[in-house]
Amino acid sequence: MSAALLLLRRELALAWAGGGGPLLALAFLAGLTTLIPLAVGSDPRVLATLSGGVAWIALTLATLLSLERLFERDLEDGALDLLTLGSLPLEAVVAVKAVAQWLALGLPLALAAPVTALALGLPAAAVPTAVAAGAIGGLGLAFTGALGAAVALGARRGGVLIAVVALPLFIPPVIFGAGAVLRAAEGASPLSALAFLGACSLFAAALTPLFGAAAIRNAQG
Amino acid sequence: MITALSLHGLALSRGERPLFRDLDLQVAAGEAVALNGANGAGKTSLLRAVAGLLRPDAGTVTFAGPAGPLDPDAARAGLHLVGHLDGLKGARTVAEELAFQSRWLGGGDPAGAIAALGLHRLTGLEVRRLSAGQRRRVALARLIAAPRSLWLLDEPLTPLDARWRAAFGALMQAHLAGGGLILAAVHDPLPIPAREIVLGADR
Repeated sequence: MSAALLLLRRELALAWAGGGGPLLALAFLAGLTTLIPLAVGSDPRVLATLSGGVAWIALTLATLLSLERLFERDLEDGALDLLTLGSLPLEAVVAVKAVAQWLALGLPLALAAPVTALALGLPAAAVPTAVAAGAIGGLGLAFTGALGAAVALGARRGGVLIAVVALPLFIPPVIFGAGAVLRAAEGASPLSALAFLGACSLFAAALTPLFGAAAIRNAQG
Repeated sequence: MITALSLHGLALSRGERPLFRDLDLQVAAGEAVALNGANGAGKTSLLRAVAGLLRPDAGTVTFAGPAGPLDPDAARAGLHLVGHLDGLKGARTVAEELAFQSRWLGGGDPAGAIAALGLHRLTGLEVRRLSAGQRRRVALARLIAAPRSLWLLDEPLTPLDARWRAAFGALMQAHLAGGGLILAAVHDPLPIPAREIVLGADR
């Protein structure tokens, strides 16, 4: 356990130091939110329809942008070899790195998303759902993305391949997450959509460590 | 703790290119083996295969401890691999990286390693500000900070100056005297008595 905490602390410190930290994610969200009215026009009805989904687009894109850093740099500078020779199995290393990714990126985005969503006209009643969906879904995206990053590792193609591998896997969490926010905005209960979102995240959290570690071993050898 | 390493009938390749085949090698406690060979002969690959990071095409890598054969996963917790890819993060300070590496690999306070490799004046610096030789000394510090019996070293001396080559030679000598094993890929002779193996000599 202490080894997992040790690695988590290091990953978070690296996220802060490497410019991939929470502040950058928030700046990204703010920039994207500013672009939306410029891109689709300033009609409040249109913006209110989009308000819940913008946070999800931001979460997906920010996750994609940071995935290349997740394993690729560690493979290139030898840190992955060092992590493999430690006391923690590689499966646990993958899980810890995905959790660190969520803490540094997904969680701050989930907490900040309501602010930008309100600015675009999301009904205030949907805000708690937006936070919950963002937090749960962000964990799922972090694990799913980690799987994509691990699978793309051996090909050394970096960002674009990771996006092609990971984006289809992002479809279910985005459907249920954005769906939950939409139902809350319409005044209906978002619980079933949130439950499905939670199931997606748990599924990813259970499978990614196993498959991701296998993919990384393959890329190392 | 590893007291013997033995390779039997080992064959390795990188991609489609075979590196060597039918390699047999035994390393016993207290012994240093210098792996020599031309660039691309497979020295680094051999070290990675011993560390379990590269699957051999054929043959076996086995470890033995004082109580008999060791499980390969258990053995991996008893070896160090230090290569030119040192896993150090440029944005972190030397002190942070040493503390992480030491604890991650099962060691304690890296103070002894800092003294042994003369790093006390560098601990506050970011790794990216170090020279190649200083950086290598930081990477080598994990050997001292987290004691493990088998050292796999990939050209450990290359960036070091004469003084630190001698100093690291003394550290290797002390490791061997304590029952350690060293398998080092080198181009220049090691500063300690070592058995020499030439890879790809028959090609």
